[in-house]
Order: sequence, then structure tokens, then C-alpha cells
Amino acid sequence: MAETHKPPEKFTLRMRRYDPESGQAPYWDEHTIELEPHRSVLEGILQAKAEFDGSIGIRCSCRAAICGSCGVRINGEPGLACHTHLDHARASAKDGAIEVEPMGNMPVIKDMIVDMDAVHWKKVQRVTPWLINEGPQPEREHIVSRESMVDITQTMACIQCGACVSDCLAMEVDPGFIGPAALAKAYRFVGDPRDEEQRERLLDLSEDPQGLYDCTHCFKCVEACPKDVNPMGQIMRLRRIAGNDQHIVDRNNGERHEQAFVTLVKDSGLLHEAELLPRSYGGNSWFGKFHPAAGKELLSSLPVAIRGVMKRKMSIKIALFGHKIPKQDLDAVKKIYAKIESKPERYELNLYVSGEDEEEAA
Amino acid sequence: MPAHDVLIIGAGLAGQRAALAAAEAGSSVGIVSKVHPVRSHSVAAAGGINAAINVADDWKSHAYDTVKGSDFLGDQDAIEIMCSEAPREVMHLEHIGVTFHRNDDGELDLRAFGGASMKRTAYVADITGQAILHVLYEQLMKHHEQVDRYEEWFVTSLLKDDGGRCCGVIARDVRSGRMEVLKAKNVILASGGAGQVYSPTTNALIVTGDGIAQAYRAGAPLMDMEMVQYHPTTLVENGLLITEGARGEGAVLLNSEGERFMEKYAPNKMELASRDVVSRAEQTEILEGRGVGANKDGIYLDITMVPRKRTLEALREIVNIGKDFAGVDITREPIMIRPGQHYIMGGVKTDVNGATSVEGLYAAGEVACVSVHGGNRLGANSLLDTLIFGRRAGEHAAARAASMAMPQVSDAQLHDDVAMIDEIIARPHTGRRVSAIKRELGETMNQYVAVYRDEEGLQTAQGVVARLQEEAKSAYIDDKGTVFNQDVLGAIELGYMLDCAEAIVLAAIERKESRGAQFRTDFPERNDEDWLKHIDISLNGDGPGIGYSPVTFTQWRPEERKY
Repeated sequence: MAETHKPPEKFTLRMRRYDPESGQAPYWDEHTIELEPHRSVLEGILQAKAEFDGSIGIRCSCRAAICGSCGVRINGEPGLACHTHLDHARASAKDGAIEVEPMGNMPVIKDMIVDMDAVHWKKVQRVTPWLINEGPQPEREHIVSRESMVDITQTMACIQCGACVSDCLAMEVDPGFIGPAALAKAYRFVGDPRDEEQRERLLDLSEDPQGLYDCTHCFKCVEACPKDVNPMGQIMRLRRIAGNDQHIVDRNNGERHEQAFVTLVKDSGLLHEAELLPRSYGGNSWFGKFHPAAGKELLSSLPVAIRGVMKRKMSIKIALFGHKIPKQDLDAVKKIYAKIESKPERYELNLYVSGEDEEEAA
Repeated sequence: MPAHDVLIIGAGLAGQRAALAAAEAGSSVGIVSKVHPVRSHSVAAAGGINAAINVADDWKSHAYDTVKGSDFLGDQDAIEIMCSEAPREVMHLEHIGVTFHRNDDGELDLRAFGGASMKRTAYVADITGQAILHVLYEQLMKHHEQVDRYEEWFVTSLLKDDGGRCCGVIARDVRSGRMEVLKAKNVILASGGAGQVYSPTTNALIVTGDGIAQAYRAGAPLMDMEMVQYHPTTLVENGLLITEGARGEGAVLLNSEGERFMEKYAPNKMELASRDVVSRAEQTEILEGRGVGANKDGIYLDITMVPRKRTLEALREIVNIGKDFAGVDITREPIMIRPGQHYIMGGVKTDVNGATSVEGLYAAGEVACVSVHGGNRLGANSLLDTLIFGRRAGEHAAARAASMAMPQVSDAQLHDDVAMIDEIIARPHTGRRVSAIKRELGETMNQYVAVYRDEEGLQTAQGVVARLQEEAKSAYIDDKGTVFNQDVLGAIELGYMLDCAEAIVLAAIERKESRGAQFRTDFPERNDEDWLKHIDISLNGDGPGIGYSPVTFTQWRPEERKY
């Protein structure tokens, strides 16, 4: 049965304030509020706003993690203020005070309000964010598989809160990167069987040096997302469709790099680092290293390789001959490949479709 | 000053649908929203959208269910339009990209919903409103050349010309604080309901009755304002919504004795009776001491018999709400709910094209009252209402715009509104805080103007609202700035909410019978002889005046209402 909740407690909120009209730098502002510990950080802020200072700026509306307004950083981590319990937030606070700041990667307008138009929405507009289906429409609905609609409902579940954009490491380095939210939105169309331009969309995103292959796989967006949209997972699925289904050879070399990676692990059970680069550029075989493009890349990465050997991060033997793993382990790896490759369709593990765990035993 | 053929206030489903329809008809369109469009409260609509799309279904069956759900107060001409146009609208949504859930044959799947005689609710998990809203916004981005978006602009007044025609609005760019006149041949209000008049409510913080009050102040009558829906399943914790889709999927309601008490109140439809019936049943159980929880003020909603995989797929959002806001895994244990304010059937009185009695002013969606919901709205009819009448208002306004010149507008009202805001900002800290008045209003309404009402309680509420209206005149705020001054907007919203509350209480006092969501313990019977009519509230001098309009009948005569 529903748990009995604890009585109200005092919590200290330390909010990042910035008044663009003051000419002053941002500063920290503390208020102590009193609420049950399972109430949200947003409710705490609203109490501070209602009782102490109505000028505290934060966007908010639904209080239920569905409108996507209250994206902030709490104790340095991106998320929704309405979706974070006060007691959990206090537990991760460095000195007991819950720190609330505006999201990152976007300019601050006031207090915890950021300019999402300048970054987030601009990037969404970059991916042609509408269904392209110009032909005559059927009398009734399009007949499409049940799974296909559940599948894209995962990206449809994105509430555009910006939490993933806030902490995208690739975007921090390259602000032009299309980024996790917009690319997840792109999957919503690429994965939609009703869309007529899957290939054109993927070509566009692959050719863009700040597109599909600019993601560095850091998982920050997966952790940040309050709605299980799994933006990085969607980016990887875009890559698989681009490479495996549409055979798009992108200027970022992402598809060949991935092929080289997969083949090397299949052959030796572990990545053979010294082979990866030549195969990514020269072609996915032992002869790849003799291709001029591979030679150029190898030459340019020589200093890194030498430093690696000097610092004993790798040995010349491993560099030349790769890693060796026990035979039964290698067989096990090959078995995984065989199982996956034997499937008529590519196996996409999607927890959103398959559910979190198996049915309970009856 | 910017000028548009059609200017839409509010960018939820009704507003965005109106914008797209008007743009398609060739109008130059502007759409103003005080929040970014995808933050609009339509995003929270969970369960689905009704349409008789099953080949075995018939729109007339849908219409009859709606008429019965309305307790025969709905206007049947409007209901016929809504239900007969529903299938085409749902197919249109599918064609522009809404990811409706499919059955195993790849057709739209349908789920059961309250008050419906068959499964006719199309859905996207339990984020149907979000899915439709985001797809409409995709279309707005696609049609950016025809539709100018004023995102995060707050409307302070409607403008009328010397002939009494609506000719634009005064609005404040929230980000810069700049006030501007937006000129228009037609204005469509699509700014949603007034749930924040109540506390608690399932409604978002932005749902403050802006459009209802703006239209009322501009002279348009409000209708059915006494009809305020309490949703049967809102979290005891904080009033958040648990979708009716849960009961549609098979969830049951239990009292403290573990009894499935709906047997007593609605033996045929059980948990899927109409919302007013289920909410009253729950409230009766609570009042008679069979509530659950420490304060015995809740009811258990038990969904554990639905297969976990189905719940996770089709009701994911409420699984999250249970976990995040009540600490309950609803797939494994019951969750404590109770009736909570959810929707307002009443609103600005319109015809079936969304036109109000003020020329050039339209309204669609929850802000409006056509009236398709009458005394009680059926679940999954609200999305339909917004889309059908949003589209019709957009089309009608576009047609009107095609045959007229752009009106001349003076900026006298602009100066008045700038002065109004300056006055609020300058108020000394001697009166009450805006937030304190808002809280008292919400608690008062929820205490006296709720599921069960009586003369004495309603009179008390009326007195409180009148006092709060006085206090609001000197209520102070803290923010003195211009950039994103949410505080000053809150003070203006408080005025809107108080106007709505005044109309709700007055109409509830006036209707001396029990029908739909209005249950008077001092007049517990429905009285068709005297009260089979709408109550209209209009601004009359300084205060509200009462009038009546007839209910339109087409095919269905009033009968006893049983589920």
C-alpha cells in the first residue's frame, strides 16, 4: 500500500540569480523552505517565490514532468525541478544546501531561465522537423506495424526540456553540433514508416560535419533525460540505419570506422587499435593500411602512438600483432556475432518497446 | 504595428489547429502564447481522443453518449457536428504524423473510456495530448512563412474599434517587457480553461482563465460556468492527474473495506460511468467514512490486474507519476486518489463556428462553451473539442478576413495597459501578497464550489471572492524589472482568475437543481421543467448579470440518466 510520508522538514535552496538589468554578475541566493521531503525542488522554489521573493525567475507550468518548462541544473546535474525530490536533492548536495542553476550550453536570460530559442529550437529546426509525406493520403489511416509506432513514441515522448542539450559534452566543444534532442527528433521521422525521405534525411545528417557523427558517445544525455528518450541510443540507431540499410558513406568516415571496429572485434575478440585507423580510412581489410588515405592518417597519428609506447600505455608487440584472448572467450564472442548475424532483421534492443523486465511468473 | 488577418491567443491544440486551418485558407496568421507552444496545457491530456472510426461504430452513438454525459445540457447541433466530423479529424492527425497506437493489423487501436458505449478512443500511450501538440507544432514550424509565432507574449487586453468589433490585442513580450498593439481583422481566443481558480487542481500553473476573463471584460457572455468537472482520479498527494485510461485498461476503485463500490452507483458501467457520477460516488464513500489513508480522504485505484507489460507500454506516464510523485509502483500496488478539479465545461459562449457575440472575436477549446459538454464532459472529448472547433474557428475567421479591410486601431489602450502594469509594480508592500490571495481563492473554491454544493457554502464563497477582489486591487509583488517579470503577470492573472471565480459562484448559486457536475445538496434532483437551460453571465455595468439561453435539441429528448 501507499507509503506514509514523512512530516515537513526544512530545506535550504541556493539559487543562481542573474538580473540582466542590474549590470551585476550572477550571484547565489539562499532561502529556507519547509515541505515534506518527497515534494519536488520546484515546489520548494515556488514556496520561496510565494513567501519570500516573487522575483525569482524560473519557467514552470505542469508540475508533473510533462510540459518540459523547468529544466535546470540541480547540484550540477541537469534535470527537471518538478521531477527531483527535495530529499534526494539534499542527499547529493555538497554542503546540505540544494543548488539550482540554469542549464548549460544555452545563454541565460534571467535567473534560471535560459534562451532555448537560440540553441535548442534552432537545432530542432535544423532536422526538417515535420513528416514528409506529400503523396495522396489514404482514405483512412496508414497501415503500419504496431511496433513501429511504439518505437517512435519513445522519441515522441521527448518533452523538449533541454536537459540533454544542457550537458552535451560534444556541444560544449562544438556548439554547432546538432545535438541529442534534435537528433532524437530526427529519429522520430527516420524511424517513421510513413516518412518518404528516410535516405535524404540520413544523407543530410551524415554529410553535415556537425551532424550524426559528431556525437562522442559520452552518455550524458542518456543520464540527463527525465523521460527515458535515450537520445544517444537514437543517434546510434540513426547511424545503423544510415550505414547498414542505406549504405551511406559519410564524409566524417563514421560508417567505415564503425565497420572496422565491428570486424576487428569479431576477428580477435578485442579491438586492435593499430588496425582501426588504417581500416577506417583505407578500407576494411588487412590491406587497408596500404591505401594512401590510411597512410596519411597513420603518419599523422604517429606522435600519439610513440607517446603511448613511451608511457607504456601500449607495447610494440600489441601495436603490431594486436591483443590475444583465450580461445573459449574468442569462441564466445564469435557466437554472439553468429547469433546476431543470423537474424533476418537487425536486432534493436529497445527497452521502451519490450518493457523493463520479463513478465512476472504467474 | 504588426497586423494579421487572424490572430490567435493561445497555442495549445485549439490555437495551433486554428492557426493551421486559417493559414491553409490563405490568411496571414499570428499566434500568441504566454508560454512556448509545446508547454501549453494540452500537453497534459493523457488518455486519448474519441471518434467513431471503428466500422461497427456510428457517430450518432458517440453523439448520444455525449448528450447523455452532458446530462442533456449540451447543445445537440454542436454535438452532432463534433462527433460526425471526428473520424475525419483523427485521420487528418494520423496523416500529418501523430503516432497513434496500432492494433495487430496495423490499424488505429481503440481503448475504452468513461461514458462511452463502445471502445472509440484513439491514443498514443498515455501521452496523447503531448503527441498531438508536438505534431501540430511540427506543422507550425513547417508553415513558418504563413504563421508568425509570438512565443512568450502575454495578452493584457482585447481591443475593440468604435463599432464594437474586436480588432486586435495588447500584448507584452515577456522576454523584453515591451508592450505592443497587435492589430487583427479577427481574434480567436484559444487560451484554455481556469483550473488555477481551484487548489488543488490537475491543471498547470498557466491555466488562469485569461481568455475567459478577457472576453467577459470585452462584453461577451459566459455560459455554463457553474459546470466545473472534478476528475475521479487525482493524486491525494498534490492533485496530479491519473488518466481515465487506467480505468479504460481495467483498473478498479476500492474503498477502505476493499469493496468495488461503483456497483452501488453505476451497476452497468461501473468505473467507466461518466466522471461526475464516479467523482460523486467517491466523495460519498469518503464522506460516509469509507475513505482510505491516514485522513480517510482517499480511494484506492487498483491497476495491478492489468498485465505489467501492457501497463508499461500503454500507461507509462502514470507509472512514472506514481513512482515520482507518490512513491508507488502502480503495477504492483494500488494508489491513493480522490476527485480533483480538472476541467471547466463553461466558457465564452460561441456558435458552432466559434463566433462569440462580439463581432470579430472567436473562441475555441476549453476557453469556449459551444456547448458540447453541457453539464459534464466525457473523457477524451476535450481533445476532440479543441481540434474540431479550433479548425472551424480558424476557417470561419479566415473567410471573414477575406472580405474585409484591416481595421484602424488607436494606441490609447496601449497607454492604459502600460500604466496598469506600472501601477502594479509601484504598489507598496502594505496590502497582501498576490500569492496569498491566490491561495485563499483556490482553497475557498475547492471547499465550497466542489463536488457537493449548497446555498450556504456558495454564499460564503461569494463573500470571499468579493473580498479578494477588493484586496487584489492593492496586492503587491516583488519584481520591479522588465525582463521576464513573471511576478507582474501573476498579478494580472489573479484578476482574470477572480473574474472567473465570480462567474462560477454566481452561476452555481443561480442553478437551483442538480445536473451534471453541479450537485446541490439542497436541490438534489434534476429539474428539467425549470432548469433545462443554459445560464449566461455577462458584464453588466461594473458587475455580472444573469441571463439564459435555450438548449438546442435535435434527436434526443431528456431521459433519466443511469450508468
